[in-house]
Amino acid sequence: MNPKVKIDKLNVHFGQTHAVKDVSIDVPENTVTAIIGPSGCGKSTMLRSLNRMHDLFPSARVTGKVLLDGGDIYDRKVDPVSIRRRVGMVFQKPNPFPAMSIYDNVVAGYKLNGRVKKSDADEIVETSLRRVALWDEVKDRLKNNSMELSGGQQQRLCIARTIAVQPEVILMDEPASALDPISTLKIEELIEELAEKYTIIIVTHNMQQAARVSDYTAFFYMGDLIEWGETKKLFTTPEKKQTEDYITGRFG
Amino acid sequence: MSNHTGDLTISQPPGCTENTVTNETPPAPIASTKGLNADLVFKGVTAAFAFSILVILALMALEMVKESLPTIKAFGWEFINSSDWNPVQDTFGALPYIWGSVVSSILALALATPLSVGTALFITEIAPRKFGGVVASLVELLAAIPSVIYGLWGVLVMAPWLQQTVQPFLIEHFGFLPFFQGAPYGVSMLAAVFILMIMVIPIITSITKEVLLAVPQSQREAAIALGATRWEMIRMAVLPYGRSGILGAVILGLGRAIGETMAVTMVIGNTPQISLSLLSPAYTMPSVIANEFAETTSKLHASALMEIGLILLAVTLVINVMARLLLWGMTRQAAGGAK
Repeated sequence: MNPKVKIDKLNVHFGQTHAVKDVSIDVPENTVTAIIGPSGCGKSTMLRSLNRMHDLFPSARVTGKVLLDGGDIYDRKVDPVSIRRRVGMVFQKPNPFPAMSIYDNVVAGYKLNGRVKKSDADEIVETSLRRVALWDEVKDRLKNNSMELSGGQQQRLCIARTIAVQPEVILMDEPASALDPISTLKIEELIEELAEKYTIIIVTHNMQQAARVSDYTAFFYMGDLIEWGETKKLFTTPEKKQTEDYITGRFG
Repeated sequence: MSNHTGDLTISQPPGCTENTVTNETPPAPIASTKGLNADLVFKGVTAAFAFSILVILALMALEMVKESLPTIKAFGWEFINSSDWNPVQDTFGALPYIWGSVVSSILALALATPLSVGTALFITEIAPRKFGGVVASLVELLAAIPSVIYGLWGVLVMAPWLQQTVQPFLIEHFGFLPFFQGAPYGVSMLAAVFILMIMVIPIITSITKEVLLAVPQSQREAAIALGATRWEMIRMAVLPYGRSGILGAVILGLGRAIGETMAVTMVIGNTPQISLSLLSPAYTMPSVIANEFAETTSKLHASALMEIGLILLAVTLVINVMARLLLWGMTRQAAGGAK
């Protein structure tokens, strides 16, 4: 089976810093791939190059290829906006739009496609919120401000906002690191459910989390991809000494 | 023990000896008393300075109320409801001045707001960082130009241009509208609106720029990650987040416009009349005070100018308080949103 996302000799430079070095990974469709590694190892930088978020920062330089269904997203003819509609992103800190209601937050991205019929929007809001298990908690106050929600609810709202655009791939940058254990658990359950429909790549600090939610795991250290493979295998019989040291807690 | 106290006296700065005399048992805290006293003095002095500002403002307001009592008694509400301003017969109605101030300021803001917000967006969201910085400092430089220079340019350069080019064009093509009727004088409400517009742009732009810089990067990223273009990002994430702050900036601009005296006096034509036409000369509250204070014909005349000043003071105070509240709400929101 062809990979959904094929990262091929990807390099990212910030000025003089070589943040991601010659990384190649295949991400199969409808799986969860976790990216682990110590702080500052380039894992977030790698993730953000998969939907061209680095385009916002003129100092970042990306070379190599990222193939989405076989097409290079860094091809000069490709519009980064169209890539970001196919590759959604959930951030570390919940970032709902504070000036908008819960309802408007969910349809914010969807509305970018043009005029939306009220009935369509209603449906999108309900299915998206149901999918992130937030519907029952907010269905009576959809018009209330999104800042009323707790941190965990806000993060699930942000995930609902992302899937409302109907992307193919969802990138998650430590989506639970700012949340309490119960909210974290809910997000983890959600990730497993979402994997039935979407291809998910998640950066996490938390190795237990990677072991719990992912099918594949990639271990980064100092911008290098040390090892990647099936999560079960990587956590039980790692090939490299560095990986073993990290997952057994000897450094990091 | 004796050794210990000896240590203390050595560590004491020389100026502290007075304190040791007054204290019977002078152990440890002595060494810090000097700092404490200096702190108290410093606290007292700065508090006095700060308080004196409030006292000056209160005294000024009180004095203005006192001085305007004669016209308040003589005319009551009729003062702000009548257009009859005749120092010779001692009848005073301030409506044309209020009208002139309000109309010129609001129209100036209506023109300046989109220009300023656009400029601020260009500086923060679109231009490369260095170039944006250059534009920002140029805009702020505009704020440093004395208003009499604006007035001089307005009356020597802009007014003739308005008279010969802009106003005839408006009369010819839009003369059917009540706003563009009458003869082209050059000096007019329109000239005042333009001058005020140029003068408030730097204020609104620089505050809006600060407001936009306070929008968290995570908000922009949220919009971009949903597949928004740069403009869609601005409309979806940046402007809504900063809306109360931008409104505060606009209201501060209004405060500046409504109190502006010199430049407006030089270009507005100083004719106390209420006309819908932007081409006719008008008059504002600050202008009439500036023009007439030196030649007041009677006590009542002086009192009338004082009451206009009082109205102006009240209006600008209210406007500024509103702006501060909005900007304050904006910074609080920014702090709350970051949690």
